[in-house]
Amino acid sequence: MIHVERRSVKVVAALAMAFAVAAGGWISANAADADEDIWPALQKDLFGDRAVVEDPAAVVLEAPYRAEDAALVPLVVRIPAAVASSVKKLSLVIDKNPAPLVADFTFGPAAGKGERTLETRVRVDMYSNVRAIVETEDGTLHMATKFVKAAGGCSAPALKDTDAALADAGKMQIKLLADGGGQREAQLKIRHPQYSGLQLNQATGYYIPAKFLRVIDVQRGGDRVFRMEGGISLSENPNIRFTYAGGSDETLKVVAEDTDGRTFTGTAAPKGS
Amino acid sequence: MSGNDGRMLDRRMAIRLSAAAALVAGLFRTGTAWSETPAPDAPFATEIAPGVYAHKGHVALYNPGNEGDISNASFVVGRDSVAVIDTGGSARVGAHLHQAIRSVTQLPIRYVINTHMHPDHVFGNAAFEADQPAFVAHHKMARGLSARAERYIAVNKEAIGEEAFAGTKIVLPTLPVQETMKLDLGDREIVLEPQKTAHTDNDLIVRDSRTGTAFLGDLLFSEHVPTLDGSIVGWAAVLDTLSATPAQRVVPGHGPPSMAWPDAAKPIRHYIQILTDEIRVLLKDDRTLTDAVAVVGRSEKDAWQLFDDYHARNVSAAFAELEWE
Ligand SMILES: [Zn+2]
Repeated sequence: MIHVERRSVKVVAALAMAFAVAAGGWISANAADADEDIWPALQKDLFGDRAVVEDPAAVVLEAPYRAEDAALVPLVVRIPAAVASSVKKLSLVIDKNPAPLVADFTFGPAAGKGERTLETRVRVDMYSNVRAIVETEDGTLHMATKFVKAAGGCSAPALKDTDAALADAGKMQIKLLADGGGQREAQLKIRHPQYSGLQLNQATGYYIPAKFLRVIDVQRGGDRVFRMEGGISLSENPNIRFTYAGGSDETLKVVAEDTDGRTFTGTAAPKGS
Repeated sequence: MSGNDGRMLDRRMAIRLSAAAALVAGLFRTGTAWSETPAPDAPFATEIAPGVYAHKGHVALYNPGNEGDISNASFVVGRDSVAVIDTGGSARVGAHLHQAIRSVTQLPIRYVINTHMHPDHVFGNAAFEADQPAFVAHHKMARGLSARAERYIAVNKEAIGEEAFAGTKIVLPTLPVQETMKLDLGDREIVLEPQKTAHTDNDLIVRDSRTGTAFLGDLLFSEHVPTLDGSIVGWAAVLDTLSATPAQRVVPGHGPPSMAWPDAAKPIRHYIQILTDEIRVLLKDDRTLTDAVAVVGRSEKDAWQLFDDYHARNVSAAFAELEWE
């Protein structure tokens, strides 16, 4: 089990607890405390004593109320243009997941000044609040929250074809989608099994070790769009759609690193450039 | 029931035979828990060809009323021994199947074959452990079931209740099938054909050579909307190959206990094609997973039961696969 959130003893303890629960009967044990509000404790772990305020003017989160596939729940985060240029960081949090912090996206200058959107897919382990929290340059935290009904996203392998998933790990596709004058948009796909470390191998009695993308760094023309540091809650074969600013060098470069220390890189440039 | 060649037991005869058997073996489903059972005196399994018996599971999700009896289960009786093909979704359903076998024959149960890893097809295995059979499955089945076992148990125990779930446990294969192989039940050859990733990555087709009966597991769905847990492209390919291979009759994983081949493949093949075609159009336009779940395959809604329970997930899984083409 890899602890994604290392800053906090409490979160690590929660992970250890989740792990113990997983060993004894994951679903039922967790279902019992489904109504318990764990956000205040989680907030303290992730942000200390800083205030985190619901703020629809600063961040909007789209998520399905009922997740059709708990291992593949699409999330869209929209940050209005008025706020976007001052946003430093976006955190995605799923309260009831064994590792609640899905990922931190730290933005750079190439993220642009127009409306910023980021879309990805996550695992949701049970009925849970899902949160997008943005930190602006003045250090304030703005939040959007959605409730999602799903079950078993982390302990259930999404892998439909285990051999194919392992054989292709690291394969990357970057596609430039739109450049309608304002913000550019691109889609990044990386083949990776994103093993959560929560799946028990019945035959051996051991948990399948966690193996997931730890870092995804995206740059346009040498300027950072974002750097993602993430964990097991990002779905298998991570897929991220994001907006960014155009520039004199339109080449997108992506460097990703997994927990085994393997590095994967990819680049994309507009046709004709 | 179609594709019958007239050798099926006359229904009245079947009822009389099984009524007698039931007195001895407690074969009948009784009590309120079985309220969904079509006829209270229907035999658990029907003889669909000489020595070939198939049970039709409920077309339903796991619920307390069906005790996990939601998939088809079959057995074949040879001169010397019996082979079981899928065992139902709980030890209790497996026990009903066991009793149905014992109402027909006392021959030893040598083989318990699982067509794939899904709980509604393997959870009855526990009821056969005392017979010490070989548990037979695709060589990738043990890995797939192992990784999912804990969750399958937790979710399904909750769905049918502790009592109905009692005795249910994971019984992994002891005889993995790497390539086509044969089992002998005594003057009766059973052929096992492992498939490439389709419904799951561990689908196994079972054929009874004597009667030309093919047990397709969940490669074939009827009535019950298909569920995708493997590869939609692979599934289409497997169905196309299979459709070109004759069979006197087939047993689907869900739906009637016996169907005519290859006609039985048409609705599911159509469903798979609709999903594939519509998703590819969306992908060409750079549309998203959310878009696809909202619109793809809605024309199939009235053609299948349990559509609202599984269809959107199928679209999601197919989209995640096809976006890598
Ligand atoms: Zn199945």
